[in-house]
Amino acid sequence: MNYDVVVIGAGLAGLTAALRLAEQGQRVLVVAKGVGGTHLAPAAIDVLGYIDGPVESPAQALPRFAAAHPEHPYRRLSVELIRSSLGWLRDRLAELGYQGRLEENFLLPTAVGVAKPTVLVPETMAAGDLRAGGRFVFVGLRGLKDFYPAYLADNLVRAALPGGASVSARTVELAPPLGDEGDVTSVGFARRFEQPEFRDMVVRELEQRLVPGEIVGFPAVLGLRHAREVWQELETRLRHPVFEVPTLPPSVGGIRLFESMTAALRREGARVVVGSTVSGAEHDGKRLGGVVAQTAGRPRTYRARSFVLASGGFASGGLQLDSYGRVRETAFDLALVGVPSPDAPRFEPGYFDEHPIARAGVAADDELRPLDAEGAPAFENLHVAGATLAGAAPWREASGNGLSLATGYAAASAILERTS
Amino acid sequence: MPALETEVLVVGGGSTGAGVVRDAAMRGFSAILVERGDLAAGTTGRFHGLLHSGGRYAVTDPVAARECVAENAILRRTAADCIEDTGGLFVTTKWDDPAFGDEFAEGCRETGVPLEEIPVPQALRLESRLDPTISRAFTVPDASLDPWKLVWGCARSAKHYGAKILPYHRVLDLERQSDRIVGALVENELTGEKARIRAQVVVNAAGAWAGQIAELAGCKVTVLPGKGIMIAMNHRLVNTVVNRCKRPADGDIIVPIRTVSVIGTTDTRVSNPDELEVTQGEVDEMLDEGEKLVPGFREARALRVWAGARPLFSAEEVTDTREVSRTHTLLDHAERDGVEGFVTITGGKTTTFRLMAETAVDAVCAHLGVDRPCRTKEEPLPDSEERHFYWLGSRVRAREPMPRSEEIICECELITRNRLKAAIVRRQTTNLDDIRRTLRLGMGPCQGGFCIYRATGILHAFERLDQRAANASLLDFLEERWKGVHPILHGDQLRQARLDDWIFQGLLAVQHLPE
Repeated sequence: MNYDVVVIGAGLAGLTAALRLAEQGQRVLVVAKGVGGTHLAPAAIDVLGYIDGPVESPAQALPRFAAAHPEHPYRRLSVELIRSSLGWLRDRLAELGYQGRLEENFLLPTAVGVAKPTVLVPETMAAGDLRAGGRFVFVGLRGLKDFYPAYLADNLVRAALPGGASVSARTVELAPPLGDEGDVTSVGFARRFEQPEFRDMVVRELEQRLVPGEIVGFPAVLGLRHAREVWQELETRLRHPVFEVPTLPPSVGGIRLFESMTAALRREGARVVVGSTVSGAEHDGKRLGGVVAQTAGRPRTYRARSFVLASGGFASGGLQLDSYGRVRETAFDLALVGVPSPDAPRFEPGYFDEHPIARAGVAADDELRPLDAEGAPAFENLHVAGATLAGAAPWREASGNGLSLATGYAAASAILERTS
Repeated sequence: MPALETEVLVVGGGSTGAGVVRDAAMRGFSAILVERGDLAAGTTGRFHGLLHSGGRYAVTDPVAARECVAENAILRRTAADCIEDTGGLFVTTKWDDPAFGDEFAEGCRETGVPLEEIPVPQALRLESRLDPTISRAFTVPDASLDPWKLVWGCARSAKHYGAKILPYHRVLDLERQSDRIVGALVENELTGEKARIRAQVVVNAAGAWAGQIAELAGCKVTVLPGKGIMIAMNHRLVNTVVNRCKRPADGDIIVPIRTVSVIGTTDTRVSNPDELEVTQGEVDEMLDEGEKLVPGFREARALRVWAGARPLFSAEEVTDTREVSRTHTLLDHAERDGVEGFVTITGGKTTTFRLMAETAVDAVCAHLGVDRPCRTKEEPLPDSEERHFYWLGSRVRAREPMPRSEEIICECELITRNRLKAAIVRRQTTNLDDIRRTLRLGMGPCQGGFCIYRATGILHAFERLDQRAANASLLDFLEERWKGVHPILHGDQLRQARLDDWIFQGLLAVQHLPE
């Protein structure tokens, strides 16, 4: 079977490119080694959270940031395009109720109580915004080892907030009945929250313990497929604003995002194959004809007119460092930039230092086509999105999901423009 | 300033010091041990975990070999709970001199190392990952030894006999009255509080740091710190200790211990045992040597690298530390330097720690003019009474009947919430690195990626730590971990490390924790 576009990778970048292409009538195949970073990261979209300190408005900060970082992928993207990508996600995944705009970052509590800037959040997280201060209560669930509300609260009240906003925080510990299970994962709790009896119990136990005016923070376990219903019911019955704080992977919010996007893809007629590793290509000079995937039993070639590489960075296996200090892009062996020479240090001795290898990746042109060692597009019909791209420091900048979304969106736009 | 009185003061909380304080207490002396950091945080906690059969020294150092033979048998009786009876193999690879095998077998016969030559196919059945081109194979009773369990076992036993164990107490000075050492001035490293300890005999068991302690007594003791690096590889690449059948050299041994395999080691003379830098060249050498024993070694996941400082005593200046005997030395400073009440026990190795302790406490007896027999050859350590060796599946077996009855905080090492809490109480510590040494918390494949946030949350709630102390504990652990991780990061372990970054720096944003 022939496709218009084959997308390699099922993280946020790959799914964004695929969905945007599929909704424009392209026949799309997503082929991925496994599920991507969605299952690891919160569903919130950070575009630019920190430069020196926290960023209040990414829209304002981006032009200066891009100018100061000529190798950064944001240098290839206009503010307008980034804004469009956010709007597109918000509209496209209406069931997640994304809120926010590029003009202002929310400040949301992390699970250790850091007030972290982020620009677009699912509706289930939005009430956690700390910018105006407020009285917060964090709910612990006995049996959930991935959430420590007292530690969170203790740090949160010390967070520096703009304009001197003040936050108070206390905790309530619930002991929901878990049957024989003493070790329930966040996904396990999410499934329980979808049961009405479980919610009844939570509401009964919690409602007398809340003080009027408090904002109620739960770990992000409020349902998987029916998160909106769960969250709305809790807000209605408790008569308090309710929000979720992301916890350790697997990320329940991220799984919702993945499920939402893949469901939308299927509705648009696209195909998603998870469990196949792309490890080679067929090409005719500068034109890529197909990719070879290792499937069960035998290699298989998928042909298309255009391709998107969104296989991620070191974390996802898109880039690999071997024991001799050599770095490879794993699907096409593309040229890389930002790689220290094998005898130079790759990491600094301090954990939070900027490590020499941190920004390694594929360099791209304005259409996000990977560049070869001479600086020309490696293939005219291959585009790169997400963490495979060189130049970003996603944790330092708080830019990971935003980069994936915007570059996935931009890669799709470039393909649509070429094919129209 | 608080003052303590004791008969025996032991300086150093490695295996030697812990052995000395236990032996002294068992012989009825009042005894105190001071250690500047955590117990077994120095050389003892930084070795490859080998309980020597003696085979390694059979040719080059027969005295050390004989000691190992005897102590190996004793520890199997008295410290079984610290030992996994893996057995050991010496194999001749194509890089080794084929003639050495006979010399080795002869050396083992002379020194009493139990040895059996087995056919190569049998060795390959035993250890299927070994290079199939090996030409000879010998079995010996090597085993792996959990150093933390050993030292904590000695400390618990010593406490049972009335000794006091003071980790995080640094010796600032030894107090001398004319020609006699009468005690020490120590400082609590956590609180800054100082104390005087009056003692009738001070035993310097500071290992690679013994020279520094002796200097406080005005005695010159030359201990050559020999740096050895080790790399823990994910999973058990071998289940038997595997040695190259050749003269001891770098990277010629792989020890399976707990959930990992450790390759070692190097031997480089360094001037300061507190500055043990690991170079890229040393890492590459270990990986290349590992490849010769287990093909594909370089492709396996390297979890962590560390370096230890061997305490090699030398009567005169020596340049090649591998030529210094691995046997131990007792220095009676009364005879040697005219300083009464002070002995130094140094050199040696963890396998012979008990013998070193016996020797040192015999000297203490002589100083105090009493004759009390040593009982550590017979009396087992706590939890070793039944003489059951531990085995890799112990923790799984304990968990298996009720797999989900309790939260597992560290999935790699199967540590439950209650076990963690019990360790916090027992160790009376809020330092995650101390807990790591006690429980192996964060020592598995994810190197603390998941358990460290959880352990911090539990410490904070359970120990009522303020956020500042909890944050410090978390951040210190991450920095400490990084030191051992970054020189060997590649392949799938780099993926793992990036996932950990994703958690700590992306999800939690710990780098922005408030002051």
